Amino acid sequence: MMVRRARVLILWVGCVAFAAFVVARAHYITDLSAFLPSNPTPVQQLLVDQLRDGPATRLILIALEQGDAAARARVSTAMVDLLRKDSQFSSVNNGEAVAGQRDREFLFRHRYLLSEAVSAERFSASGLNAAIKETIDNLSSPAGLLFKSLLPRDPTGELLNISDQLARAAAPQSRDGVWVSADATRALAVAQTAASGSDSDAQSKAIDAIRAAFATAAGSLQPRPNNGVQLRLSGPGVFAVAARAKIERAAVRLSIASSILVVALLLVVYRSLPALGLGLLPVTTGALVGVAAVALGFGAVHGITLGFGITLIGESVDYSIYFFIQSRRTVGNGAAGRSWQRLWWPTVRLGMLTSVCGFASLLPSGFPGLRQLGLYSISGLIAAALVTRFVLPALLPGNFAIRDVTPLGARITARLQGVRRIGRAPIALCSVALATLAIAVLFHDRATLWNRELSALSPVSIQEQDYDAKLRADLGAADVRDLVIVSGPDLESILRSAERAARALQGLVDDKTIGGFESPANYLPSMATQEIRRSSLPSASELRANLKQALDGLPLRPDRLQPFLEDIEATRHAALVTSRDLAGTSLNTGFDALIQHRSDKWDALLPLRSAAPGRPIDMPRVVAALRDAKLDDAQVLDLKQESDTLYAGYLSEAIRFSLGGFLALTVLLLIALRSPLRVARVLAPLVLAVLTVAAGLAIAGVHLTILHLVGMLLIVAVGSNYALFFDRQAHAEEGGSEALTLASLVIANASTVIGFGLLSFSQVPVLVALGATVAPGTFLALLFAAIGASAGNAHAQHS
Amino acid sequence: MRQHGRVEFIEQHFLKVLNHPIESSGELRYDAPDRLEKRTLHPHAETLLLTGGVLTVERAHSRREMDLHAFPQVLPFVESIRATLAGDRSALERLFHLEFTGSVARWTLTLVPLESKVKQSVSQVRIEGARDQLLKVEIRQPDGDRSLMTLRPSTLP
Repeated sequence: MMVRRARVLILWVGCVAFAAFVVARAHYITDLSAFLPSNPTPVQQLLVDQLRDGPATRLILIALEQGDAAARARVSTAMVDLLRKDSQFSSVNNGEAVAGQRDREFLFRHRYLLSEAVSAERFSASGLNAAIKETIDNLSSPAGLLFKSLLPRDPTGELLNISDQLARAAAPQSRDGVWVSADATRALAVAQTAASGSDSDAQSKAIDAIRAAFATAAGSLQPRPNNGVQLRLSGPGVFAVAARAKIERAAVRLSIASSILVVALLLVVYRSLPALGLGLLPVTTGALVGVAAVALGFGAVHGITLGFGITLIGESVDYSIYFFIQSRRTVGNGAAGRSWQRLWWPTVRLGMLTSVCGFASLLPSGFPGLRQLGLYSISGLIAAALVTRFVLPALLPGNFAIRDVTPLGARITARLQGVRRIGRAPIALCSVALATLAIAVLFHDRATLWNRELSALSPVSIQEQDYDAKLRADLGAADVRDLVIVSGPDLESILRSAERAARALQGLVDDKTIGGFESPANYLPSMATQEIRRSSLPSASELRANLKQALDGLPLRPDRLQPFLEDIEATRHAALVTSRDLAGTSLNTGFDALIQHRSDKWDALLPLRSAAPGRPIDMPRVVAALRDAKLDDAQVLDLKQESDTLYAGYLSEAIRFSLGGFLALTVLLLIALRSPLRVARVLAPLVLAVLTVAAGLAIAGVHLTILHLVGMLLIVAVGSNYALFFDRQAHAEEGGSEALTLASLVIANASTVIGFGLLSFSQVPVLVALGATVAPGTFLALLFAAIGASAGNAHAQHS
Repeated sequence: MRQHGRVEFIEQHFLKVLNHPIESSGELRYDAPDRLEKRTLHPHAETLLLTGGVLTVERAHSRREMDLHAFPQVLPFVESIRATLAGDRSALERLFHLEFTGSVARWTLTLVPLESKVKQSVSQVRIEGARDQLLKVEIRQPDGDRSLMTLRPSTLP
């Protein structure tokens, strides 16, 4: 006996040590990948790339509010000035015309290769005449005067053309020199981080840098008490960081609160510190083994697995409650838990196996987060059950004693007497009526029952999402929801495709299908295009002749344009512009954001802008235009729609698998109980509880998400233990004390309701979903199971 | 000073880079307190609209908004006329050193920019007027180029 006990303990300590070793060395990831498919289709791969590292994820939208307009503008200028010196940001823009000397030099030097207006026609006598005439006309306008000094070198106004080309991305309006919102109540700026948006640590640092720069900038204003400018940030990185902090805070706060409550409850019940300590062994061992199993099985552990996992195996706290309370009579004498093992262990084991069946339905999901949660719960529950069965009895001290909870059980039994008197038929009728009502509610709301948008899982509140949308609308260009993506084996090929796509898209701009678009080729034309432009430049003698003719009747003497002739001649013999030339300028940021490459695959992104704020783009027309242009390799991506499609896919898949899991669980019970009637009696309260909770949520106007579904799985997993105990009570020849069984179930349920009930007070929607489903659901499962069992007993006694 | 008004203008630009001056003409409208519209009809249609701190330039196919804080060098070309019409002495004094000569019946206002960035584009603005009418606005640039705008009561519909 002692030897066996020692072996069990050594094995357990060994397992725990190994699990702890694995957990300590495991790799933890907190990025979005938990939500992204592991075997993506090509379109999904584009989506994954965009959601993880796309230019949109690197944007931090900065708004300055309150105070007066002049103060906002001054803070904006000073803050952006500081941030531009910070290497964490690849660009910071608030509309100030600081396009550096370097940028202007770059654009000016390469103007005849970069300007779209350059063609052989442009440098013919008539082309030159028209272009120069326009430039001269511009001189009579104050705006054109800015270009006056450039006239001798750039008489055709190519620099102005390139500026227009680059300004195609709609810019917000400016006041006092900085960008402001449409109603001018906010000063706006956009920062682009060098690090990817999925790198939460880097995003967090960048956000801190912005706050610090704001504090310095606001502090440097004359200390006027009513200055009061406020900083507000938005954007994917900001949301991710805030969500992480919020979930961490909520998870820590709630788990501390629920631990205190559950521990207090157990102390009141047990009146024994050793029992409390031992009682936590199954759940802690289960959690450790669960994380270790995920780390071994998946290579890395997602943040959400750690966050939610422990709540999923809350059931294992129940195991020790059952063990201590139900084996109380025999505890203390040498038989310890042995009779419990004989009488009750098979029931706990069956309950555990039904839960495993339920959670197994998460394993085939395409949603890596759910797969991990499935493996975590299965391994955690098995470990916890084994610890309860083998380790707890081995660790029980000789003088172990907990309070007798028989009186509690007896009181509950007395309450249930009333139910017994009602009789079986009315209760069955009530159950059917309740189920019918619930189904009717669910059927009525079937269209809106499930929320199929990915944002349903977002920890970002609706208000914050609205604010973000407002800033994006004000900033115009920053929203990259709709993209055309062209791919190829190298940079040159995708730039050529981007130029072809741009011609097709320009048609859509002209007929107002889209408001505009950006293209990396606006910054750097393909070599082929540059070559065409370069070879269209006339020789010096030809240009001189054309110019002489072109200037006829214009107030400009040809000898004034000698620098122009020199520049054209120089460009004819100069090298083409490469991405390396672009690298030294701030234009490179814009270019880089629109280019992605992995090993030998290059993508060019052409973000589309809608024709009017809030008006969705007619994507089928975009697809048709690209098809007409024979751009078969161009993909059109609507980020929001694609991510919603992805999530809706997960959801319907999860619903299907859950039904499969329920079927497997039914088969398991049929095999174990060998009676369809008993199985029906075990399952009826669970189904009724799930239906009632789902209908209740629907009535409350909640749209169900994938986390509600997980919650329903938990109702079945936890509730099946209750129902099986009642079933055992009714059918075993050698039943334990009915009062003790009832007491243990009520206490176990109380701890579950406390734990999950607290979750529903959280600010994080996903935690609320889980809490609001599981807390009422398990309570109802226990209530329905107890009523059903009492009615069944009544029947048995009458017959 | 004035609430609103319309005048015709002829503007000549004397630019060293060009062989002869270029000429444009059109109409100038002013609405108190801060709206100034310069509609050029010849040789090409162009509308400059100054409201608050924003200059909007509209042509046949393009519309451009310029925030004057970002382009202070453009400021004297428009603000000098608007502030004079508005009789907004403090607005003028923010930007220029003022010198008033002559009499109310026939006066000359000479404006010299204060800010160095503005000085790079405009060295002096000279406005001639009689009572509350503007007659001539001459803008001199530091490189010797200048423009001269002559105004007369509108005969346009």
